[in-house]
Amino acid sequence: MTTITLPTVVRSPDWVRHLRARPTTVLASLVVVVALVAAFAPGVLTPHSPTTIHLQQTLRSPSWHHLFGTDEAGRDLFTRVVYGTRESLGIGVGATAIAMAIAIVFGFTAGLVGGIVDSLITRLLEVLFSFPALLLALLVVAVRGPSLETELIAVGVGSAPGYARMVRGQVLNVREAPYVEAASALGHRRRTVIRRHLFPNAFRPLVAVMTLGVGQSIVWASSLSFLGFGVPPPSPEWGALLDAGRDFITTSWWLEILPGLVIVLLAIAVTSLGRTLQHKLEGAAR
Amino acid sequence: MTTSTAIEPGPETLDARPALLTVENLRVSFGDAEVVKGISFTARPGGCLAIVGETGSGKSVTARTLVGLTGRGSHVSADRIDLAGVDLRRASGREWRSIRGREVGFVLQDALVSLDQLRRVGDEVAEPLRLHGWGNRRSRAERVVELLDAVGVPEPEVKARQRPYELSGGLRQRALIASAIALDPKLVVADEPTTALDVTVQAQVLDLLAASKERGTSIILISHDLSVVARLADQVAVMRAGEIVEFGSAHQVLHDPKHAYTQALLDAIPSEHTRGTRLAPPADGVSDVPRVRKIDRDRPVLRARNLVKVFQGPDKIDRTVVNDVSFDLFAGETLGIVGESGSGKTTTARIALALTEATSGDVLLHEKPWSSISAAARRTVRKQIGVIYQDPLSSFDPRWPVGRILADSLRTGSRPPSSKTEAQERAVRLLEQVGLTREHLTTAPLRLSGGQRQRVAIARALAPEPGIIVCDEPVSALDVSVQAQVLDLLTDLQDELGVSYLFISHDLGVIHHMSDRILVMKDGRLVEQGDAEAVFAAPAHPYTQRLLTALPRLAQA
Repeated sequence: MTTITLPTVVRSPDWVRHLRARPTTVLASLVVVVALVAAFAPGVLTPHSPTTIHLQQTLRSPSWHHLFGTDEAGRDLFTRVVYGTRESLGIGVGATAIAMAIAIVFGFTAGLVGGIVDSLITRLLEVLFSFPALLLALLVVAVRGPSLETELIAVGVGSAPGYARMVRGQVLNVREAPYVEAASALGHRRRTVIRRHLFPNAFRPLVAVMTLGVGQSIVWASSLSFLGFGVPPPSPEWGALLDAGRDFITTSWWLEILPGLVIVLLAIAVTSLGRTLQHKLEGAAR
Repeated sequence: MTTSTAIEPGPETLDARPALLTVENLRVSFGDAEVVKGISFTARPGGCLAIVGETGSGKSVTARTLVGLTGRGSHVSADRIDLAGVDLRRASGREWRSIRGREVGFVLQDALVSLDQLRRVGDEVAEPLRLHGWGNRRSRAERVVELLDAVGVPEPEVKARQRPYELSGGLRQRALIASAIALDPKLVVADEPTTALDVTVQAQVLDLLAASKERGTSIILISHDLSVVARLADQVAVMRAGEIVEFGSAHQVLHDPKHAYTQALLDAIPSEHTRGTRLAPPADGVSDVPRVRKIDRDRPVLRARNLVKVFQGPDKIDRTVVNDVSFDLFAGETLGIVGESGSGKTTTARIALALTEATSGDVLLHEKPWSSISAAARRTVRKQIGVIYQDPLSSFDPRWPVGRILADSLRTGSRPPSSKTEAQERAVRLLEQVGLTREHLTTAPLRLSGGQRQRVAIARALAPEPGIIVCDEPVSALDVSVQAQVLDLLTDLQDELGVSYLFISHDLGVIHHMSDRILVMKDGRLVEQGDAEAVFAAPAHPYTQRLLTALPRLAQA
């Protein structure tokens, strides 16, 4: 069925019009694009090096030459923020992917198998859910010791229970949908129905939730680093920048405020895009 | 689009009493789209004006205008909207609040969503009394019981303390009417007040509105159903695409319509008179020949024997929803199952499809075990029995365009297409068979109209070339003219392909039009069965008799 595609030609002008009507979405997309450039080609955005130490230029306040000022070792803070994007964004995306993977395994098993398996998984999720996510994450760090991978896994595991409950709910929802029954009434095998109808339809709304999750994961990863349980120095990961700047907060405000603002900005942008996506998908479903 | 649509009431409708409500040149638009295009009408005390039309005719928007609830983004203009000498065109939100409930009562279609689930029925009915400062808490409570009693709610003191979801649909609708007439408004606007109700309950609700009319209330009844209108209305306005195309006394409009659209609407109503004829005007090239049915009474294609289904409710009490139901469906025949909501007809259909397992009893497909064999063994014979649902949209995977839906269904048949090209060609043939075209292959079902969606559902059911199709309320969600086309299509396909239909409907007119034989179900039991003509002409069971008396008929107008 190669010929069967939605008439995108008719829909794309619609799309453009929507974007024009939603300046927030345009702004958010812009922020995300800049973040992606920073992650993959940081050199484009800044001429400096993130690790070169200039001891005669320590703790300079923001200026034309150093947009975000410099830190206690004279490194350009803007450059460090730019170079830190890859790790922060990577942790955000990676941790969400890990969380989703865990959630899909548990959520689909619970929703599809049902019965005692469902009860057990649901209880387990409820127990995990009753811990604050950050505490779960700290538990993982305590076991493995701080590193980049640990931070990924920690944030992923911390946020997985919430997603798993959502996945299970979706599966239960779609399982009862008339089109799933209609497929059985046509004589399809159960596994065909699961593969072709249940999985994609249960997964669809989660795409938006995942995007929302990326913003959240970035904040959580930064929180972990700030607490000293994240990526060890001299990494320019954003939470680590905040942690390092903590000692100078009374004299050099920019070390805390500016990276903090960048975290907030990216989290808001990603979340806003997630919401737009969510509305679009919900609109398309009904 | 201009003033030509303002049809003056004919001489026979002139009344000595002054009009209670006068509307002249009413226009309502949403953005660029004008949905009501300059209509005029009047309503008199003790009279009922019915506004009839199909989906998108603007009838509900008109009703909402009369209570100031056209909603966000609407623009209303009119030369005149006078209610008992008050100009409603300039009414502020606050003035509307004092008018609604006191001057104009509003009855909506679905009482379940119109009543707040978390509040007691009595409080909901008392709401207009409270808002308009009527009496005190105690006197209001007494008045509520009086009102509920007046609208025929049994045990009104008990029901007033219950919550809406604890009441049946009919009782909820009555509570809603009680709240609309609580302050004895001069005008009651009822928007499809009986559409969600069973026929016997519908009759009771219509009687209730008629009693209110007798007491001098003016009623504006909005409905898509001409036979409902026949029971209550004195005057009828027929709306199409925002205009009134015909206006006159109920008798004239329903029996001697002047406008072709009204005539088409009347012709489209299935009933005992329409059996064996087309409901919609035939398409080009199709002659309206009388049907020749080829029913093979020796060969049951589907045989149900002593079906029983017991469900356990959340309260652990067993409920027998299907109780000892047996029937045969013969080749080329339409067997109608009629019954009100909760009669067990859909469960029976699901057991016939082997989608629900019967507690006892079994189903034979072509004289071979069907319900008793394993699901895997059933899969190989499933292609022999298809299904069409009431809501086609929800029965399609929301991600799939029409072509993929049909190709998928073709693959389950006994002659699966060998290539994508063949699948596509056969999908196109199916679409043409149900009156759609190649262009619809790439369309998402969401973008189709209700009638087109049901056509796709029919095409999907036909794709594996089944001998039997179970139709579960296939036209209940459709406008009468679309319903007519879909019923005609089903009949044509039966003549052409010789399929048997197990046809489930709550609508006696539809059942009578379609069925060769009928089963009447009540509370899970088969109370009557026989040839459709015989059952309708001389119903033996008291319940069937009650159903038939309750059925609104045009002839009574």
